Amino acid sequence: MSDEPPPGLAGLQCPIPLSEYPHVTLAHGGGGRLTHALIERMFLAAFRNPALEPLHDGAVLDLPKGRIAITTDSYVVSPLFFPGGDIGSLAVHGTVNDLAMCGARPLALTAGYVIEEGLAMEDLWRIVHSMAGAAREAGVDIVTGDTKVVDRGKGDGVFINTTGIGFVPEGIHIAPSRARPGDRVLLSGRIAEHGIAIMSVREGLEFGTTLRSDSAALHGLVGGLLHAVGARVHVLRDPTRGGVASATNEIAASAKVGIRLDEAAIPVAEQVRGACEILGLDPLYVANEGKCLAIVAPEAADQALEVLRAHPLGRDAAIVGEVVEDHPGRVFMKSRVGGLRVVDMLSGEQLPRIC
Amino acid sequence: MRFVDEYRGEADAQAYVRLIRRAVTRPWILMEICGGQTHTFIRSGVDRMLPEAITLVHGPGCPVCVTPLELIDRAIAIAGRPGTILTSFGDMLRVPGSATDLLGVKARGGDVRMVYSPLDAVKLAQKHPEREVVFFAVGFETTAPANAMAVWQAAKLGLPNFSILCSHVLVPPAMEAILGSPANRVQGFLAAGHVCAVMGWMEYEPIAERYRVPIVVTGFEPVDLLQGVYLAVRALEEGRVGVENQYARAVTREGNVAAQRLMREVFEPCDRAWRGIGVIPRSGFRLRPAYAAFDAEKRFDVGAITAQESPLCIAGQVLQGLKKPHECAAFGVQCKPEHPLGAPMVSSEGACAAYYHYARSA
Repeated sequence: MSDEPPPGLAGLQCPIPLSEYPHVTLAHGGGGRLTHALIERMFLAAFRNPALEPLHDGAVLDLPKGRIAITTDSYVVSPLFFPGGDIGSLAVHGTVNDLAMCGARPLALTAGYVIEEGLAMEDLWRIVHSMAGAAREAGVDIVTGDTKVVDRGKGDGVFINTTGIGFVPEGIHIAPSRARPGDRVLLSGRIAEHGIAIMSVREGLEFGTTLRSDSAALHGLVGGLLHAVGARVHVLRDPTRGGVASATNEIAASAKVGIRLDEAAIPVAEQVRGACEILGLDPLYVANEGKCLAIVAPEAADQALEVLRAHPLGRDAAIVGEVVEDHPGRVFMKSRVGGLRVVDMLSGEQLPRIC
Repeated sequence: MRFVDEYRGEADAQAYVRLIRRAVTRPWILMEICGGQTHTFIRSGVDRMLPEAITLVHGPGCPVCVTPLELIDRAIAIAGRPGTILTSFGDMLRVPGSATDLLGVKARGGDVRMVYSPLDAVKLAQKHPEREVVFFAVGFETTAPANAMAVWQAAKLGLPNFSILCSHVLVPPAMEAILGSPANRVQGFLAAGHVCAVMGWMEYEPIAERYRVPIVVTGFEPVDLLQGVYLAVRALEEGRVGVENQYARAVTREGNVAAQRLMREVFEPCDRAWRGIGVIPRSGFRLRPAYAAFDAEKRFDVGAITAQESPLCIAGQVLQGLKKPHECAAFGVQCKPEHPLGAPMVSSEGACAAYYHYARSA
């Protein structure tokens, strides 16, 4: 990752004169001079690229001929800054990953900011700078955007929406409904790190850990996998909210197949297991932001595993289960002690237990 | 992970399953007291590794499940008051009251917050002197010391804006109520290891003698439970009664004496209503008169609120080991985690939730 500031910027220095506007005001969203200054000096300066430069109502792009994937996601994470990332980098990674899970190569992103009046200008700058860095690292431009400011108390610092478009190569057909009995279930690495990292810094819950969010863009990892294994990759899914349990349940329901997981094979970092034990949480239900579930044809499983492990983001990849004909629509797991249990969809939020 | 993985190994589990098979010559009915143990049984699937002769029935040890409906309604009434912060363990937030739950109050603008420790609620009271901070103090002997500590600290700090809504319950009177019931079928107990870590097991000795049952103090990991079942079955087969300790790594006969002293300082025994079961004499704690200023029921005048249980819900029979969750006609039909009729369907220690999440048609 390059820490070099975008051209035309004096390092990490916030470009809006802090002495004048240490906090975002309603006027920054009013459409007048202040809005213009904020867009020019902060957003354009950070995101600068030929498509964004004209600051037109929308971006006009030349796209390759073929199938286009499009996705949108809103980011409302609290706190805004967390170990391993912040809302800005997350807004890039999350949307790039949603494209990657369609088998698409990301081409362009949009950025819609809803800022709460009173957000520290310095914080906004850190977020915008981090978002620009994440986009640059992912090799994708932010080509259009929008800024709104809402009254204090009507937002949580800042919300970001990103829409992404991507190109789906010939011959790639990724869909949850394509899981077939016999397919193997692969996980690209250790689970539950994003959710636990966020929890470790939440007010009232702070606990000491060196754990970081796994937030990362997965299109490189997925691109390598598709290049090597191609059409034998049937399903890709990033197990974000609801974790691996929800993702596998959705796949099982969509493809009308059963999924059988093996608890002992699922990679979980010691620290995460410890935190989950103490808090009474099940890592299977905790969010990930840099992990991918891949369901591949059985004959391609070993090769897929090898390719994933060769990538820096897939070093801990593992085959964690199998698609089966039994119990269509449901997920079962062989527990470490050798028992069998249902892995259900989460009902509401996972709440910590009493004792 | 040390102290966890050792108790989840397949080889050890299988070894105990073999020992149990060898020991059993006839049917036995065992009850695990704690809902945490129930969840381990069902989630790890070790209940289905046991020989058919052994029937497990699930005990009342789920604090959320046995908290009376009217107390939840009182918490909801307090949470709806302007200027009040109601704090609670997370597990309690989704438990249905008569009309709504605490998350529903939060959605309508009430200040309901989840805390991990009652001491965090004391900190909140210090931070917001202009607001009333109430902690919903439920639980067995496991949570009582920390809740006592919170009240003790608040008294020491002279916090006028902190109080607890107290619904503490105790294990031994509940065991006696189960054993003394004419409908009882339980022949041996796995006692809750963490309760005994606080209380020790001396108070279980007279129960074992009086009702002629074996009681095994048992931990919470799959291998702990299998070992507990083995010890209980062996005692039953040999006709022995008395208390044995499987959970020696955490429990002594005397228990945590300092914690017991603090509990006695702040709380005194009282009769308590158990949700779905009824009043059990001297089965709970209330604040001693010296700490009455911290009693939220007195402070907010909600004591008159009463409530009626859903007639469909058989939670009381489930909690006494008389019925299993799936034997309830409403199970998975009218009663699901998304719209529960009774607390055992939402609590992470509730038997109905364990069956619903981990064991449907397994």
